[in-house]
Amino acid sequence: MSDPYILFQNVSKSFGPLTVIKDLDLAIDKGEFVSLLGPSGSGKTTILMMLAGFENPTSGAVIVGGQHVEKLPPHKRNMGVVFQSYALFPHMTVAENVAFPLNMRGVAKPDSAARVQRALDMVQLGAYKERKPSQLSGGQQQRVALARALVFEPAVVLMDEPLGALDKQLREQMQLDIRDLHKRLGLTIVFVTHDQSEALTMSDRIAVFNHGKIEQIGKPSDIYDHPKTRFVAEFIGETNLVEGTITKVGKDRTTITLKQGGKLVVDTRPGLEAGAAATISIRPERIHFDRTAERENDFPGTVLDRVYHGDHIRVVLETRDQRFIVKTDRRMAVLDEGDKASASFTANACWVVG
Amino acid sequence: MFKAARILFGIMVVSFLIAPLLVILPLGFTDSIFLSYPIPGFSWRWFHELFTADAWRRSIINSLIVGSGTTILATVLGTLAALGLRDRLVPFSGFFKTAFLLPMVVPAVVLGVGMQILFVKLGVAYTYPGVIIAHTVLAIPFVVVNVSASLDGIDRRIERAAASLGAPPHVVFQKVTLPLAIPGVLSGAVFAFATSLDEVVLTLFVAGPNQRTLARQMFSTIRENISPAIASAAFLFITGTIILALITVYVRSQTQRSARRPN
Repeated sequence: MSDPYILFQNVSKSFGPLTVIKDLDLAIDKGEFVSLLGPSGSGKTTILMMLAGFENPTSGAVIVGGQHVEKLPPHKRNMGVVFQSYALFPHMTVAENVAFPLNMRGVAKPDSAARVQRALDMVQLGAYKERKPSQLSGGQQQRVALARALVFEPAVVLMDEPLGALDKQLREQMQLDIRDLHKRLGLTIVFVTHDQSEALTMSDRIAVFNHGKIEQIGKPSDIYDHPKTRFVAEFIGETNLVEGTITKVGKDRTTITLKQGGKLVVDTRPGLEAGAAATISIRPERIHFDRTAERENDFPGTVLDRVYHGDHIRVVLETRDQRFIVKTDRRMAVLDEGDKASASFTANACWVVG
Repeated sequence: MFKAARILFGIMVVSFLIAPLLVILPLGFTDSIFLSYPIPGFSWRWFHELFTADAWRRSIINSLIVGSGTTILATVLGTLAALGLRDRLVPFSGFFKTAFLLPMVVPAVVLGVGMQILFVKLGVAYTYPGVIIAHTVLAIPFVVVNVSASLDGIDRRIERAAASLGAPPHVVFQKVTLPLAIPGVLSGAVFAFATSLDEVVLTLFVAGPNQRTLARQMFSTIRENISPAIASAAFLFITGTIILALITVYVRSQTQRSARRPN
C-alpha cells in the first residue's frame, strides 16, 4: 500500500491552557472521503483548520503529499475550503467569485472563463454568472462556494459543516451532489459535520471525535454496527444500551446476565471474558415484536409510548430488565399504550461495546 | 395617551434640533444689511459678497485646502489605525482603541493650548500643515469609529476563504478586506471633512491670518459686524453637509444591499 496522502502524526493543539486536540494520529488516502464527526467542541473543526493552515499545531507533524505543512501559510496549500457560512465575496459576482482562485494562479482570461463556466455548470448554476451572491438562495450560494473550491483542482477539498445552514430537503440533495462529485472527480475530501446521518451517507470512512481524540475510525457500516465505545454507539444513531455481567462464554454464544436477572445472548467474539462487566448496544430497528425460533433474546413487557413517524413506528417498551426503544414497521400499528408485547432480537443484533 | 405623548415629545426634540437651522437659512437671502427678521426682500447679494469679498473668498478656499488635507490625512491614518486595532497588531490594543477616541472628549481649548505651544516649538504654528495636523487629530476618532464598525461587519471566514483560494495576505487585503470596508472609510472621510469644516477652537489657536477658515471667518464676523453673509455662509455649510450625508447614506445602502443575505 502506498503512503497515505494526508498524515497527522502525534498532533496536539492547545489554545492557552485549553487542549483541544491530544496526540492525534490520522491517515487519509488520496481520493478518500473522510468525515470528522463529533459534537461541537470535540476538536474536529480545529483539525480542518490545521489542514487549511489557519491554525498551527502546538506539537506534532502534519504531512500532505509527503511534505511537512505545519508552518505553510494557507495560500500556499492548494486546498479548497467550503465553509458553513458560504464565505462568498459579497462584492463580486458569481463568476468573479469562482474566477478568484484562477486569477490568484495567473490563469489566462479565456482559459479561466471556460473553467469558471465548467465549474458553474457542474453545480447547475451556469446561468447565474452575473448575479451577486445576495441574489441567490442559501443552497445556490453553497453551490457557488463549492464550484469556487473545486475550480482550481485543489489537492484536497475541506468542508466545514457546509450543509449546516440549509434546510433538510436541500441538505439531502446537496449530500448526494457532493458524493457524486467526489466519485466523478476522484477528489480527496475531508468533511466536518456533527450530523451523523450525513456522515453515514457520504463518507468512505468516518472518524468519530470526542474531547479532542478519535474514539473510532472506520467504514460507516463498521461504526454503526460495531461501535467500539459507548460514546460512539450513542452518538451514531439511536441505540439501546444494556448493562450486565458476562456469565458464560461459549464457542458461539456468550451469555450476559442483567442486573434484574434477565439473560442476554450475544455472539461470542475474542476479548469477552466471564465475570467482566459489559455494555451491549442493540439498534432499535433490529428489535421485533413477533417471536421466532432464531431470535434468541426475548424480553416481555408493556408498551409505554408509541409514536407514529410515517415510515416507521417508534415504540418504547418497558420490560423488567430494561426499557427498549423499538423501531418497527407500520404493520405493528395495532400496538397501543398499555398493551403487552415482547422485544425479541437475535444474538447477532447485540454488540458488546465494552 | 402614551402614544400621543411620545409623538409630541418626538416632534419637540426634532424641532429643537432643526429650528435653529430653519431660522438662520432664510436670512442668507435677505437684501437688508442686518442679520435680523423681518426680511425686506429677496436677494443674492450676500452670496455674491461671499464669493467676491476677499476675506470671505480666501476663507472658503482655506477651508477647502485644510478640509481636503485633513480628510486625506485622517482617513489614511484612521483606517490604518482601525486595521491595526482589529488585528490586535500591538499589545494593549484595547487601551489604544480608547486612546484614539480621546480627542472626541478632551476639551478643544485644552487641546488648542497644548497644540499651540507644541506647534510653535516645532515650527508649524500658523502654517497650513499645522492647521491640517490639528484638525486631523480631531477627525481621526470619527474615521477610526466608522472604519472599525465596517471591519467588524466583515466575516473573517470570507478572508480565510480568500487565503485558502491562494491569495497571499496583501492580496486578501486589497481584493477583499478593503473593498468591503470602503463604506466605512467613505463615511469616515465625510465625517473628517465635516469636522474640519466647522472646527473653530483649535483653528483660533494654531491658525494664523493666512489660514483663516470659513468657520473662523464666521466666528470673527459675528463679533465684528454681524453681516448677513454669515447666514449665507451657514447656508453653504448646511447644504454641503446634507449632500455629504446623503452620499454616505447612499453608499451605505448600496453596499448593504449587496452584503445582505436572503435567508
